[in-house]
Amino acid sequence: MLKIEGLNVFYGTIHALHDINFEVNEGEIVTLIGANGAGKTTTLHSISGLIEPKTGSISFMGSPITGVAANKIVKMGLCQVPEGRRIFANLSVLENLEMGAYTRNDKHNLKDDYEVVFTRFPRLKERIKQIAGTLSGGEQQMLAMGRALMSRPKLLLLDEPSMGLAPLLVKEIFSIIQDINKAGTTVLLVEQNANMALSIATRAYVLETGHIVLSGDAKELAASEEVRKAYLGG
Amino acid sequence: MNFMQEFGQQMVNGIALGSVYALIALGYTMVYGIVKLINFAHGDILMVGAFAGFFVLTANGQDPSKISNPLMLVLAFIIAMAVSALFGVIIEKTCYKPLRKAPKINLLITAIGVSIVLENGARVIPWIGPNPKQFPVLKDIPIIDGISQMIKAQTGVFISPVQILSFIIAILLMLMLFYIVNFTKTGKAMRAASYDMGAAQLMGINVDNIISVTFAIGAALAAAAGILFALNYPQVEPYMGIMPGLKAFVAAVLGGIGSIPGAMLGGFIMGIAETLTKGFISSKLADAVAFGILIIILVIKPSGILGKNTREKV
Ligand SMILES: Nc1ncnc2c1ncn2[C@@H]1O[C@H](COP(=O)(O)OP(=O)(O)OP(=O)(O)O)[C@@H](O)[C@H]1O
Ligand SMILES: [Mg+2]
Repeated sequence: MLKIEGLNVFYGTIHALHDINFEVNEGEIVTLIGANGAGKTTTLHSISGLIEPKTGSISFMGSPITGVAANKIVKMGLCQVPEGRRIFANLSVLENLEMGAYTRNDKHNLKDDYEVVFTRFPRLKERIKQIAGTLSGGEQQMLAMGRALMSRPKLLLLDEPSMGLAPLLVKEIFSIIQDINKAGTTVLLVEQNANMALSIATRAYVLETGHIVLSGDAKELAASEEVRKAYLGG
Repeated sequence: MNFMQEFGQQMVNGIALGSVYALIALGYTMVYGIVKLINFAHGDILMVGAFAGFFVLTANGQDPSKISNPLMLVLAFIIAMAVSALFGVIIEKTCYKPLRKAPKINLLITAIGVSIVLENGARVIPWIGPNPKQFPVLKDIPIIDGISQMIKAQTGVFISPVQILSFIIAILLMLMLFYIVNFTKTGKAMRAASYDMGAAQLMGINVDNIISVTFAIGAALAAAAGILFALNYPQVEPYMGIMPGLKAFVAAVLGGIGSIPGAMLGGFIMGIAETLTKGFISSKLADAVAFGILIIILVIKPSGILGKNTREKV
């Protein structure tokens, strides 16, 4: 579904991603784990069209999307929940969801999709008129996810959804990610919380200073000595 | 005339002038909100609009000294707003868009350059030229004259036909803006993109289009203000946009740059401050007071009355 080949990204002279190759197949949850500054966000931004890679190719559902405008990529069915949520704090909860549905032309289906989001995140429904900036951190994460779901993505990119959340809430968010996946959305999950990420993923890639150093079945990686030492605290 | 009447009269003058400043200030604040640019060419867009209106109102077959057909006036507003909007969008696409990733100072210098080009371009165009041209005066439009006379008879305060028109146009346009920004999909996207342009892109919002719409709306409001300004004077000339542009800029900063209600409030405050100074102190001091206000806000509360103390996002 998503295929990345020979991706090199620079920030000025800083070489942030070195020859990245990976793919995500339909129906999977694939996780990309790595420490601070490894290049996870850079990878997701390259896929979403916010950063132009120097070389390499990215294709989504068979069509190349390198150099395609970010808004067109969303329309093709690829949406990102960015790091730090980045909800529109000055807009209401409902307006945020409307922005998620910005690319949709099928008005008649929208109503159902709001219902789907509200069933998944009942707390958002209670706060529909509230200004998004006044939501709690957990609610903001739910809004960021709900907003992305409103675009009806075939592939959902999630950048550190557990960031800054209490353990109980992290559990809740991860189980929602699994539900979203079961409902038919493919997921590419970026995390520093490798334990949690590996527990729900099908496959995983490990990113270290811009290189993919390990990849494989999530369960096997979780069991491997190398990963346990580096990312799982023993 | 007693003091209260005199005061009331100056307040009316101030609010009328302020509604024009508010219309201009909205363009500064909306553009700043989305691209973080103080568009120093904004006052010149007002001039472009005023000339567009001038050409409509003095076109063949009309009395060039006065406007007595309300339909022509409406047409003048519509055409002027469309012409300015087009200018605004073309300037944005050709001059500012290529610099979107460049340091902000480059953008600012470009805006000053655009301003110089518009002013001097107007001076050399044969139909415009450097000399002021008499703008037709608003006369013999029964509804407006009637309102003016009625108010005079009731309260003793004189509100001129141009002032009445200024209120009506300003309030109408502000209501339309309020509707667009709060209730349309494009308006919501404008607010979203001005809060976080990257996140807006990630939601599939075509921010280039949204920026163009913002420039178009700001320019159209400036054009309306340009006609109102020209009706008041009544003349048009290539440099006519500079002073109202600067004062509206102060108004936008006073209200809190980036804030739409702030620009409206700032516009009214500037208008009232100016006419009260003229009426009760000295008309020579009016401009000094305007820029004195700028210095005072920059010292006391740089974020303005309704501005948020947001940190600059990089
Ligand atoms: N806009 C930028 N300009 C210059 N360097 C950048 C920029 N953004 C990221 N980098 C650098 O690129 C590298 C990868 O950053 P990236 O944000 O992709 O890491 P990350 O894996 O998402 O980290 P984190 O877990 O902290 O979010 C880092 O060394 C970072 O300093
Ligand atoms: Mg990151």
